[in-house]
Amino acid sequence: MTALWVVAETNADGSLARSSTEVATLVRSLAATADRPAVGIVVAADPRAAAEALAAYLPRVVALAEPAAAGHAWASVAAERLAALAAVEPPAFVFAGAGPDGRDVAGFLSAMLGWGVLANATNVTWDDGPTVEMSVFGGKLLTDSAFIDGHGIVTLRPNVVTPEAARLPGTVEAAAGHGPLSQPLVPVVDRRAETGAAVPIEEARVIVAGGRGVGGPDGFRLVAELADALGGAVGATRAAVDSGWIPYSQQIGQTGKIVKPQLYLALGISGAIQHKVGMQTADTIVAVNRDPDAPIAEFADLVVVGDLFEVGSALLGELRARGG
Amino acid sequence: MRIVVLVKPVPDPAVAAERLGPDGRLDRAASPAVVNGNDEYALEAALKLTETQGGEVVLLSMAPATATETMRKALAMGAGRGVLVTDPALAGSCIVGTARVLAAALRTLQFDLVLSGADTSDGLAGVVGASIAAQLRLPYLSYAARIEPDPAAGRVRVRRLSPTGYDLLEAPMPALIACTQVLGEPRYPSLKGIMGARSKEIATLGLADLELDAAGVGGAAATTRVLASRKPPARAATEVVRAPASEAARRVAEFLVERRIVA
Repeated sequence: MTALWVVAETNADGSLARSSTEVATLVRSLAATADRPAVGIVVAADPRAAAEALAAYLPRVVALAEPAAAGHAWASVAAERLAALAAVEPPAFVFAGAGPDGRDVAGFLSAMLGWGVLANATNVTWDDGPTVEMSVFGGKLLTDSAFIDGHGIVTLRPNVVTPEAARLPGTVEAAAGHGPLSQPLVPVVDRRAETGAAVPIEEARVIVAGGRGVGGPDGFRLVAELADALGGAVGATRAAVDSGWIPYSQQIGQTGKIVKPQLYLALGISGAIQHKVGMQTADTIVAVNRDPDAPIAEFADLVVVGDLFEVGSALLGELRARGG
Repeated sequence: MRIVVLVKPVPDPAVAAERLGPDGRLDRAASPAVVNGNDEYALEAALKLTETQGGEVVLLSMAPATATETMRKALAMGAGRGVLVTDPALAGSCIVGTARVLAAALRTLQFDLVLSGADTSDGLAGVVGASIAAQLRLPYLSYAARIEPDPAAGRVRVRRLSPTGYDLLEAPMPALIACTQVLGEPRYPSLKGIMGARSKEIATLGLADLELDAAGVGGAAATTRVLASRKPPARAATEVVRAPASEAARRVAEFLVERRIVA
């Protein structure tokens, strides 16, 4: 039977992206149900470290060394090498993360292979092929979709699968890209890190988010302290980002990122639809808001009606007292 | 600078009436269409570039014929003209078919840059831009937070958002850029813009006007199908706490313990 592929992504330091461990965990389980091989593929200038890490999750990993993957936009380079590999050893279905690199590589592969894409999956089951649950129209509808012709590409939303290593580690095979690349290379002339961008919020298990009610950058200090105490990341509404209190990388909602943490603690956030679409699928939502009629009170699990600074500071004390 | 902006009419997210018909396709009659939010940011970026560097912004859309109404709003923001690819045979196109049609339509246009939104609010796939770039072998610069073209050198630089900051990408033009909202808030159409948009040209193209294999697009060639759709499960009832801060904080901490979020 033809294989299920995991297209792995790496972090800037060459390590395996967390999202790829989620994809690998899902694909291993689907492959067991489908009785098909699961193969992980890492395309990078030096794929060894990420490939070893991926082999903790999958029985077979191909470490495909491609020098052009360093110093150039990754997706087109990776997709071309993956497409070449698919011509030799065709997979049935390809899985990637739904973050920027995963989406880009899925788009290139879709064009190169002529395969469909089911994107941003919230769950995948197997019924003679993947049945892909997707949350569409800003979370207002859930759909189940399938591929028609026995081939396709799935991107998986971050944080919907808990990574779990396999009982036994898999094997890593070295491979290399051959021949010229036909897609234009896009050089990366510089990489800049911005301060304050720690864990990507899509991957955070806990998010403490602030809105207009936080009042300013000083108020976000309390938000950050609570996030620290809970081992989480800081999020924000568009109003807080537009006011310059916090960088866009932390913006959640229709105009920012869509997150699914275990806990979403919303401080001074009214919960307007534009924000709600970015966080409504969090496992637990706790809100602190002065206004008992704020929209967030309709979909939070727990709402504290009160001043966010008073309640937030008291909560910080509680958490620290509990050794959190 | 000649800039083509890809715009997609999507159901208005503020109306919340989206539903699928029995064929698994969007029931377009049930929900009014607007220009996809991220596409407006791409358009705003294009308008700013042509305002400083001169040139023209052209909208390109693939949609039912009624999309001319939605496109007028984007024309009112300042785009010069629109091109709408519309054909009954395109109904039900999947991502593959849509990208093929848009790539074929772009082959009929002249441009230095193609700008798209990073994704659309209906499906959130965010893959069509890369697929078009692959078909046209255009340099693809995605998740743009800043766009700096150098027309004299024929090159463009883009800040691509990364998990920790940004990567600075550089490519020759023509190139395709997928835009994020960091580029800046779209303008509201002025009254003059709205009046002027009425007389702006929206050229329509059918399948016969494009050089592509008609067998590879439309509903019959779709690579995916919707099996079922449903409303997401409702959340459990909300617990409301009205108490002094210390008491409320204690309740929150207990609640987090009950939910096994803190030990």
